[in-house]
Amino acid sequence: MEARSFVLRGVLAGAVAGVAAWLFSLVFAEPQVEAAISYEEGRGAAEEALAVAAGAAPVGGAEEEVVSRGVQATLGIGIGMVGIGIALGLLFAVAYTLLHGRVALRPRVLALLVAGAGFLTLYATPFVKYPASPPAVGADETIGDRTALYLAMVIGSLVALAVAIVVARAVRTRVGTWNAALIGGAAYIALAAVLMAVLPGLGELTINAAAGGPRVAETPLPLRDPAGTIVFPGFDADVLYAFRIASFAAQALLWGVLGLVFGALVERRMTRDDSGERAPQAAAAA
Amino acid sequence: MTTAGAVVRAKATAVPASETLPWLLSAVIVGLVLYYFIGIDQGALSVFGDTSVVHELVHDARHFLGFPCH
Repeated sequence: MEARSFVLRGVLAGAVAGVAAWLFSLVFAEPQVEAAISYEEGRGAAEEALAVAAGAAPVGGAEEEVVSRGVQATLGIGIGMVGIGIALGLLFAVAYTLLHGRVALRPRVLALLVAGAGFLTLYATPFVKYPASPPAVGADETIGDRTALYLAMVIGSLVALAVAIVVARAVRTRVGTWNAALIGGAAYIALAAVLMAVLPGLGELTINAAAGGPRVAETPLPLRDPAGTIVFPGFDADVLYAFRIASFAAQALLWGVLGLVFGALVERRMTRDDSGERAPQAAAAA
Repeated sequence: MTTAGAVVRAKATAVPASETLPWLLSAVIVGLVLYYFIGIDQGALSVFGDTSVVHELVHDARHFLGFPCH
């Protein structure tokens, strides 16, 4: 098989995985997103009422809607999930192509392994430090910092995995494959832990620390009037929990379907080649 | 071990990267561009200037996929 076959199968498997993640998100993400947006609106109104009570002029007028909520919650999230499925499918196919035939694993096992590595580095490790958050959790002013920090976690995780693989390969002949894999795993965890310890929590960013003292995250605290009475509650912990669990499950589903479908497509193509072209293949091998 | 398993294992020959570089390179570029537009554009950075159509369209997916969003 050539690179073209792998890349096209990566796109197909990625699109299938994206559709699966889309259907999942319609059921498990949208209720939390809706709850978060109504919290955001309620809090905005409460903040404005406080400001008016303190003597400020009412701002008035809602935020302009560029894309309606109805489109965002159905077609928009679908375009996002299928699009990211194709993007990850392409990157996955490149990593797979470079390993195919160079490791002693049959294709469907290698495909699942590469998908697992993608899930670990591009989502799960960054998630431990900077978990997915619904609307209302995350200040507009920190979007630049948050983006940079998130990408630092993504790139750092990829580097940590590369180092772990180099370490495992270096010790493999001395300690055997099993122990080499354990050592590589320990190296990955150690490097990821150092990265997480060095990077700041989102609540420690200057703007957030100035507003409410240093905290781990940006999750909104209860809103208080000047007398200290709570006039609007903090962000609902249950909504936050449900959103994050669903986000994690959706990524596991996305990568799982990508790896399984891609592996099956590659093996089907190879067995078909084998029955159709046994003679030329044997000649080429000789 | 199944026969099919033995066949695919035996036939999994390495693809020389040099021959297939154009495909791999374009796959990386297209993949990264898609990743950027779905995850990042019109948030911290913006390619198409001061609009937020891309951001707003994929807004829910961006939150759900773990990317920073407002």
